[in-house]
Amino acid sequence: MLVGALAGFLGTFYTHHVGLGFLIGMAASGVFSLIMGFITITLKRDQVITGIILNILALGLTSFVYRALFGTSRTPPSIKPLTPLKVPILGDIPYIGTILFHQNLLVYLAFLLVPVSAWILFKTQFGLNLRAVGEHPRAADTLGVPVERMRYIAVILGGIFSGLGGCFLTLAQLNRFTDNITAGRGFIAIAAVIFGKWNPYGVALATLLFGIADGLQLRLQALGTKLPYQFLLMLPYILTIVALVGIVGKSKPPAALAVPYQKDN
Amino acid sequence: MKKPVEKNTEKNRKVQEWRRGRSFLFLYSPLLSFFLAILLAFLLSSLLISWIGASPLLAFKALILGAFGSLNGFTETLVKATPLMLTGLGLCVAFRSKVWNIGAEGQIHLGALATTLMGVYLPHFPSFISLTLTGLASFFAGGFWAAIPGWLKIRWGVNEIITTLMMNYIAILGINYAVHVPLKEPGGFLPQSALIQPSVELPILVERTRLHAGILLGIAGAGVLHILLARTTLGYQIQVVGLNPDAGRCSGIPVGKIILIAMVLSGGFAGLAGMGEIAGVHHRLLENFSPGYGYTAIVVALLADLKPLAVILVSILFAALIVGADTMQRVAGVPNSLVLIIESLIVLFVLGSRALSYVRHPLFFVKDNGQRTTEGKLRIS
Amino acid sequence: MEVWEWGSGDSSTLSHPHTSIPLYPLPYPHTPILPYPHTSPLSYLHTFILLRIDKITKRFPGVLANDQISLEIEAGEVHALLGQNGAGKTTLMNILYGLYQPDSGQIYFKDRKVKISSPRKAIELGIGMVHQHFMLIPDFTVAENILIGFKQRGPFLNLKRVEQAVAELSHRYRLQVDPTARVQHLSVGSRQRVEIIKALYRGAELLILDEPTSVLTPQETHELFQILRTLTAQGKSVIFITHKLNEVMQVCDRATVLRNGRKVGTVKIQQEGPEKEVIKENLARMMIGKEVSLETERTALKKKPVQFGKEVLKVEELEAVNDQNRLVLKKISFSVRAGEILGIAGVAGNGQSELVEVLAGLRKAVGGRVFLNGQEVLNEPPRKLLEGGIAHIPEDRLRMGLVLDLPLPENAILGSFHKAPFSFKIGNALPGPRWLNYTEIRKFTERLIISYDIKTPHPEATMRMLSGGNQQKFIVGRELTRSPKVLLTVQPTMGLDIKATEFVHQKFLEQRENQVAILLISTELDEILALSDRVAVLYEGQIVGLLPADQADREILGRWMSGL
Repeated sequence: MLVGALAGFLGTFYTHHVGLGFLIGMAASGVFSLIMGFITITLKRDQVITGIILNILALGLTSFVYRALFGTSRTPPSIKPLTPLKVPILGDIPYIGTILFHQNLLVYLAFLLVPVSAWILFKTQFGLNLRAVGEHPRAADTLGVPVERMRYIAVILGGIFSGLGGCFLTLAQLNRFTDNITAGRGFIAIAAVIFGKWNPYGVALATLLFGIADGLQLRLQALGTKLPYQFLLMLPYILTIVALVGIVGKSKPPAALAVPYQKDN
Repeated sequence: MKKPVEKNTEKNRKVQEWRRGRSFLFLYSPLLSFFLAILLAFLLSSLLISWIGASPLLAFKALILGAFGSLNGFTETLVKATPLMLTGLGLCVAFRSKVWNIGAEGQIHLGALATTLMGVYLPHFPSFISLTLTGLASFFAGGFWAAIPGWLKIRWGVNEIITTLMMNYIAILGINYAVHVPLKEPGGFLPQSALIQPSVELPILVERTRLHAGILLGIAGAGVLHILLARTTLGYQIQVVGLNPDAGRCSGIPVGKIILIAMVLSGGFAGLAGMGEIAGVHHRLLENFSPGYGYTAIVVALLADLKPLAVILVSILFAALIVGADTMQRVAGVPNSLVLIIESLIVLFVLGSRALSYVRHPLFFVKDNGQRTTEGKLRIS
Repeated sequence: MEVWEWGSGDSSTLSHPHTSIPLYPLPYPHTPILPYPHTSPLSYLHTFILLRIDKITKRFPGVLANDQISLEIEAGEVHALLGQNGAGKTTLMNILYGLYQPDSGQIYFKDRKVKISSPRKAIELGIGMVHQHFMLIPDFTVAENILIGFKQRGPFLNLKRVEQAVAELSHRYRLQVDPTARVQHLSVGSRQRVEIIKALYRGAELLILDEPTSVLTPQETHELFQILRTLTAQGKSVIFITHKLNEVMQVCDRATVLRNGRKVGTVKIQQEGPEKEVIKENLARMMIGKEVSLETERTALKKKPVQFGKEVLKVEELEAVNDQNRLVLKKISFSVRAGEILGIAGVAGNGQSELVEVLAGLRKAVGGRVFLNGQEVLNEPPRKLLEGGIAHIPEDRLRMGLVLDLPLPENAILGSFHKAPFSFKIGNALPGPRWLNYTEIRKFTERLIISYDIKTPHPEATMRMLSGGNQQKFIVGRELTRSPKVLLTVQPTMGLDIKATEFVHQKFLEQRENQVAILLISTELDEILALSDRVAVLYEGQIVGLLPADQADREILGRWMSGL
């Protein structure tokens, strides 16, 4: 996500084109996730350790590259962000129209991706094979599914999507890059996957819930409540923990999650 | 009856032969692969340095001189090593029981908060008593912060990676609030607490430097933990729970309790690290007093292969990187975030080389009904 | 009763098979359809060699798993691959299925030299495998399981079409399965049928069944044999991997015996007639490598008469749920007396695991009472039960019994590390840690290794380095040296060779003579019958019958096991 955020930002900054920026951001995080794939799939190292370390690497790498390119100037460089797109007619509906149909392209895309990914996961041969590899890699292997290749594809796809998420932060929301801009959002996303019971629709609902918490917190700050803003900022994090406790026992991860696949055993 | 003792010693020789054979293949030696990983990490980062137009040689020279080149630099390295060491030690315990405590950063903050509270509000006692009380308070503050995700895990099976990370943000925001409002220095303008009283300050070891007694605490802690893990039933149970909790439960080990103990120990050591920062270095609570020690300590613990004694060396090495990086930034204009890159690259290379050596090492080939089963699993995983 | 009749329904499906289901190919065009059983030796004149293996060798580090093995499989035959554990059967089949590559040797399929580089290649050739541990995903439906990895035109799943095809296949080969059911709700027998359909759907002409009967009731086994006959009658070939002689005699046409990675020979089986017994004895000799008489093995165990003591373990109306919160133990009551072995037979998955887990304190019961030595111990923590004299030899030894990445000594004190002499405390009244006494621990480990004849490269080797049989002996030794009052044991000899099995059984009988109450849970009827004083059968969470061992026979137990 961080890598995507920075790469997307840089891409846009240098090409002056938001679309190209997105592509570059997605490609960069896709490549970054390849490292994850190589270590966990080919070398079969522990996925948790590798993930933690790669997070630290990404943090250092993005900060380093950003500093190297822009120094530590007072006025952070910014870019022309993605402009909101108004959907004709629907966008004219008062109130609801502005909320639902006056967003930037990426928001529409995100919502569109929900049914698309659900459909790919549950209605195509590719999705079936992918789920099989996650549940019981050996069974999939005996049926000729190339387990390692499928896992690589999954990791890279995951990387590209999080890169897109990172791009959203820099290119559509904040228009600039800062150190650790994601502030744990990647981990909240993992919580959302658990909370959403490993199903795209559930995940969409879960993220909406987190979004609401975030929006509420901003809104309360703007309204100037008596609550210190630090407590408002805590809200999404607390919500994540509460959500995880609430979903306990009802969300079953794929059986072979985080288990490296060993061919002869 | 056979004479088994002789038989065993013969086998013993065989194993030793294998081990000798290992030393010829340099990749198999963990120490060598460790240094090789450091070398590779530096090589790769020198590419980055030259990419931004600086000279890698100059940068690394600045890095090494900055860390070890002067008394000031060296003591500063030890000052930075202290929180890494203490936190890394705690993480050894948690990681050995396979609880992925990513929340050391938050636990450090809690320890710091406890120290500040003690330092500001504790009635005046002799230094020895004050420090002991403060130490206990920060240990249990950090331990308490770690116990929450630990409890959520054993009670409901909530993933501790996410909860500990979330707890970090909550703790940091909480400290932020504390120094802005309730603990803010009366009459001050900066977001910081009042100075703590001198009886709670850790003694300075070397005149005119910042080197404080925290480092001694770290080294002593390493010794204690080493003995605890290797020689006591508690250490044994932590190890069993980490490697196979089902077998542990089956043989009567109270797995939940052990996880909770490991978590409290882990958070407690992080809390002590927080105490070291406040009572030893800053003497008051600040925003951002920890530049991510909690995260770097994860790398330290992993790289030390979860061995407390190794943590001492690795934490000093990493502290040297941090201190040297500041010099490097000043002298060679290389952003100090390079350190994070070097650190993580070292671990990645160590992970990679272990994969290679395990696959080929004869000790890790196993016969089981004529089939090779799995290669030896990475000990830290 | 074994006469197989040619139903008109079957021959009609044969006559126009490919009009309806184009998805899977017909039997190979030249394949003659062999009637079953082979009444006339003339029928062999038409045989067609489907598969020929030529001098296959496979070496693993330190072990020669397959040494120059050659084999021919004819179209339409059931060919047994017979041998003890570790004889090399499974390795050979994994080579055939593309999971391993041979070091040398050739494979010919339909007279063409082939290289089976992956399971996918094997499937394309027409080789299907039913693994001993089913390769099914419990969360998926039957149709989804069948479709995994399937190569088809277009990216979309057409579950409807698969369901239809499965229905036709089940009709044609008499394999009753509901394609829309989730696998987790199916019985073991139907899961096996799903596996067979999975292979057939991909056009398999050669089916490899790895120990297919080990999980089935006698009745299900009987059904499976009928299915195999239908399959061979329609030209499919079957390789039947097993170590059970009786089954070979019942269903196979020929048998190849492997021992220590080498082929001993191939024998033509006669299922009836006077030569049957001779063949059987021959096979046994080939398998074991020395003269053994068959009935024996179990009479060789000297079961001395023992005076039973009082009821040490008493279970009353025990109720428990499984992980999915389904009630899997329904008011179970039984008791075991000191010096008695109570065998609990039953097909796996009828509540055995949960029963033992409750008794070992690993699972909370929802109702009932358990008495240990007259003291109520229901839902007490494991530590307390262990100290009350319970020893537990778990079913899944790798998961529950051992820590593979720790050395032998650390494994030896699992469960007793907190007691003298393995650990001690400095100043008994003071708070503080308990210190491990490694001198004592090592001494104990060495004693264990010697008295249980455990083969290890080194007394402090990592547990992972031991073979499965030695790991099991290690657990048995560890649990028995604790001098328990009650021994809970589940599938104690699974995966052991004959010698090790005998050894473990012997140890159990010794314990019995020492007045230990033993609860033996096993799916192997032979084991139950050989050891038990009384036999109970667990079916769907209930004890459906309980008999003194001398009144129990396979038939009654078999009926109980299938709920009749």
